[in-house]
Amino acid sequence: MSDALLPLGGAAFEGIVTIRETGPQGMIQLRGDLSDPGLAAAVEQASGAAMPAPLGAHVTGPRGLLWMSPDELMVLVPYADAARTVAELGRALGDRHALVADVSDARAHFTVEGAHLRDVLAKLTPADMRREALAPGTLRRTRLAQVAAGLWLRDPLTAQVFCFRSVAGYMFDLLSAAASEGSEVFHHRA
Amino acid sequence: MSTRLATGGRLTDRSDRLEFTFNGKRLTGFAGDTLASALLANDQMLVGRSFKYHRPRGVVASGAEEPNALVNLGTGDRVEPNQRATTTELFHGLSATSQNHWPSLEHDIGALNGLVAPVLTAGFYYKMFIHPRPFWKHIYEPFIRQSAGLGRAPDPEARDPDTYEHVHAHVDVLVLGGGVAGLQAAHAAGAAGAQVLLLEQSPHLGGRAPVDGGTIDGQDPEAWVEATVAALKAMDNVDIRTRTMGAGIYDHGYVLGYERLNDHAPWLAGPRHRLWRIRAGQVVTATGAIERPLSFAGNDVPGVMLASAMRDYLVNYGVAAGDRTVVVTNNDDAYRTAIILKQAGLDVPAILDAREYGGGALAAEARALGIRVEQGRAIAKVQGGKRVTGVAICAQAGAGGLLEEIPCDAVAMSGGWSPVVHLWSHCGGKLLWDDAQAMFRPDPDRAPTGADGAPMLRVAGAANGFLRLGDTLRDAEAQGREAAAALGFTPGAGAAPAAEATEEAPLAPVWLMPQGARDDLRKKAWLDYQNDVKVSDVQLAAQEGFESVEHTKRYTTLGMATDQGKLSNINGLATLSRALGEEIPQVGTTTFRPPYTPISMGAIAGEAKGKLFQPIRKTPLHDWHEAHGAHWEPVGQWRRPYAYPQPGESVHDAVMREVTATRTGLGLLDASTLGKILVKGPDAGRFMDMMYTNMMSTLKPGRCRYGLMCSENGFLIDDGVVARIDDQTFLCHTTTGGADRIHAHMEEWLQTEWWDWQVYTANLTEQYAQIAVVGPKARAVLDKLGGMDLSAEALPFMGWAEGTLGGLPARVFRISFSGELSFEVAVPAHRGRALWERLHEAGAEFGATPYGTEALHIMRAEKGFIMIGDETDGTVIPQDLGLHWAISKKKDDYLGKRAQARSHMTDPDRWQLVGLETLEGGVLPDGAYAVAPGRNANGQRNTQGRVTSSYHSPTLGRGIAMGLVHKGPERMGEEIAFAMEDGETMMRARIVSPVFFDPDGEKQNV
Repeated sequence: MSDALLPLGGAAFEGIVTIRETGPQGMIQLRGDLSDPGLAAAVEQASGAAMPAPLGAHVTGPRGLLWMSPDELMVLVPYADAARTVAELGRALGDRHALVADVSDARAHFTVEGAHLRDVLAKLTPADMRREALAPGTLRRTRLAQVAAGLWLRDPLTAQVFCFRSVAGYMFDLLSAAASEGSEVFHHRA
Repeated sequence: MSTRLATGGRLTDRSDRLEFTFNGKRLTGFAGDTLASALLANDQMLVGRSFKYHRPRGVVASGAEEPNALVNLGTGDRVEPNQRATTTELFHGLSATSQNHWPSLEHDIGALNGLVAPVLTAGFYYKMFIHPRPFWKHIYEPFIRQSAGLGRAPDPEARDPDTYEHVHAHVDVLVLGGGVAGLQAAHAAGAAGAQVLLLEQSPHLGGRAPVDGGTIDGQDPEAWVEATVAALKAMDNVDIRTRTMGAGIYDHGYVLGYERLNDHAPWLAGPRHRLWRIRAGQVVTATGAIERPLSFAGNDVPGVMLASAMRDYLVNYGVAAGDRTVVVTNNDDAYRTAIILKQAGLDVPAILDAREYGGGALAAEARALGIRVEQGRAIAKVQGGKRVTGVAICAQAGAGGLLEEIPCDAVAMSGGWSPVVHLWSHCGGKLLWDDAQAMFRPDPDRAPTGADGAPMLRVAGAANGFLRLGDTLRDAEAQGREAAAALGFTPGAGAAPAAEATEEAPLAPVWLMPQGARDDLRKKAWLDYQNDVKVSDVQLAAQEGFESVEHTKRYTTLGMATDQGKLSNINGLATLSRALGEEIPQVGTTTFRPPYTPISMGAIAGEAKGKLFQPIRKTPLHDWHEAHGAHWEPVGQWRRPYAYPQPGESVHDAVMREVTATRTGLGLLDASTLGKILVKGPDAGRFMDMMYTNMMSTLKPGRCRYGLMCSENGFLIDDGVVARIDDQTFLCHTTTGGADRIHAHMEEWLQTEWWDWQVYTANLTEQYAQIAVVGPKARAVLDKLGGMDLSAEALPFMGWAEGTLGGLPARVFRISFSGELSFEVAVPAHRGRALWERLHEAGAEFGATPYGTEALHIMRAEKGFIMIGDETDGTVIPQDLGLHWAISKKKDDYLGKRAQARSHMTDPDRWQLVGLETLEGGVLPDGAYAVAPGRNANGQRNTQGRVTSSYHSPTLGRGIAMGLVHKGPERMGEEIAFAMEDGETMMRARIVSPVFFDPDGEKQNV
């Protein structure tokens, strides 16, 4: 795996929040009937996380489950485990109608860390960044400025942002600009 | 003369002296000054020239409504025209210049326009410049452009060095305006538990109350404001932003705010402006009221000012607009100005009260101070040119007969107050005419409504027509509570503070002074200062038949300047209604539109400038391409290498080299941008048969098939190679630009029409780096990497295989878009760079050459392969392109089948795809038309075909092209002429097969 290159090689920026490119992150796209207990058992087994409710993000370290849409989940596993997990999931799902694909390389990940993270994200997304609307464990698929993105809070002071790989550079520049010196908003409470 | 008094100025800090320049002249002011107050402190009464007549103009107001004091602010890359001096905070080093004069502010040749003013009336341009026609463009327009207009646009090469940003906020109650009403409404809503955001356009909270006096809860208004702001700041659920204007209100509680972060301190780090994009549950506008001018002759001479503004300059900045001020009014409020001036030791020779019955308690107070008060009197005319020297007095009831002349150097006027209803009206709130107060105020029964049909907006205080302090606060408390209650919060037991204000006598509407003013006086009585519109212009419009206020506005330009008629609207429409003999409510108002005052383009753009102007999509190999001198081509939001010119090599030569190297040895192409959509499910085969014109369900796992996709209208929308992964799974390759669009197209059909089919799709485009390995040495280099058997037997043409190639997990598709032996290798994106570099390393001995999109295009054109977007343009069906072989005859249906059976689609006269070979070896211009004899009904030349792709082929050593030609395939060998850009010169070409090179496919089948 030594030849696996992150889109930006792990770029970082220090401003009113800290931006860091993270990964590689194993990601498996799963489309299927999320109300099927057999499917839930399979993804819980694969990720070690509990099945999330709509808009849920159950993540611990590199493992977890993200609720992406009414018929789609993202299964998070360590990067090196992704191919094996795809095969295991395929077996566990048997002949259920489902789509399982390794998309570990399709997206870039960033952490946004610091007390101003809600204000910084609110500069870029129209989604509600208030505490009551985005508690840790809530996933938002939205846009940041001109590109699609997803985000959730790992803890009250750390947001995880992901976007398509091809716009990783745009995303990093965007987050960095939103975190530039002197641009504190002091509107959202941490 | 205007001057700074020895003491006073509650907003200025006299210990902090600031230097600034006006028209290059060095002046000083104090911290806390506005540019307007600092100019007045320096006796700079004349601040600009008017739009049409170049009349001298001075500061008339003290806030956002100012029409005259517009300046060019800043220099070089930071120059900005039309900045209001009244809302520009002074800072050390500020540089301003006045506008619309030549050669100088003091001596302006354009003022000669004033001499011909009698002909420059409303509609003059329309009447005068219509004939002779060519004169408009060549003579009139250049002259008018030179003479009219206000600020100068920045140099086209200037680049704004500042940064801007947006921020989104979601709040329960948004309060716009931070005067006492706004503060009280915010307090009421905040106390009920709602999340409150309050925006105030100026740097100070409290609005006019500290200047206008009275008591609130027994306190001086300033002390009350201080205590209330402190209480609000202590509330965790209230956020107060000063220097932030509520700019516009839109549907569903969407509001734009405009924050100016460092206009007052340009040395600060951070963004200059911030655009607030707010979603509010309820909005309360507490935007106050604006004083109206009176329409008398010479009401635009520098030194004539709104009475409230004169009070503001005195109390807030310690600046007197004059030593001897005549006050003219139709209401009691202006007496406050006279009293304050007198108390400051300045002379007030007279108060001219247009009302026969005169004023109330304030008038008595003025009289007690020894001020002469004249009832039923008016100004016939202001004397003076560049500044006021006196006023001629007459009876308000008459036509302007002179009674007396009073020397003075300033005039304070008040025609009553107009609530700021702009924001209420932005989103459809309707207005009521309040006859007693002579004002339009919001009609609470016709409020802007939200998605639930209930009012989303309330108005509080003076903006709601409550001009007296106590009424204002009671209304504000009620509106704040109701806004919170509308969102389900329970207001507590709090009550509005008790306020005391002096009793006032009723106002008398005065729309013209004197009421029967003679013609010569009406022609000097200004309504719209900024656009130079007079009472006589509006009367003329009415006389000429303009009955609608909207038409009159456009004909006279009343209210169309950058101030949007904040001072002139009501006076203008009252003048119109009188001229039409109708009541004011019958005439109605013009439409208020956002923004309330102009906001910067930078704030609208936000972060989207420079490298953030648009996202650029980059493949995993992008950095390599950049390091190797790629000449880029934008393809959608992607950047793809067009070619890789070497040092000293032209782009064209590079393309030729890349084609030859690929055809003779080994070429490598970054094909990562091609769309890759996974289609899976028990109904996948059935779905694929509907999506593609071909039969896809019969494709065997391990095999690939080229397919076409059409819209339901039959037109070709995309093409690409489909690989069958297993029984239930297909991988669809799309064009670069088609990836997202085709994925959405598939999902739309699955979600809306075939929701009961068991099919899932996934867009895997970005998961893979895909590299085309092309040329006679393609297999050799892959064999060198090792790990997979890619022999002709193991992996025949149009097959795919999965394995480990050079240590990387790979899928290899044996497909060709060039006619060469060709493999497309897909690896996980993070490892694309590794594969690319290994291929270059291993391919060095074969002359491995990276090639770009242009070489790709040439090679596909040499083979006669179509390109979506070149051979198709949304009007082309596969049958036009000779692609009948890719349209299944066996299937019952596919998207587009029915449309393709319609008569126009089967018309034998449709233009058909052919190859075009130029006779003299030249290259046909892309898009050129083949001319046919005769002309059509519109007099245009008839055509019989057009070029869809055209290149110089290095392989064949001549120009090749593809084109759509009338009955083309039946005309092989015929020569036709294509018109060049001039429409006259022709280039001849022979109709040939579109397959120019290796028609039997011998090169790819090895």
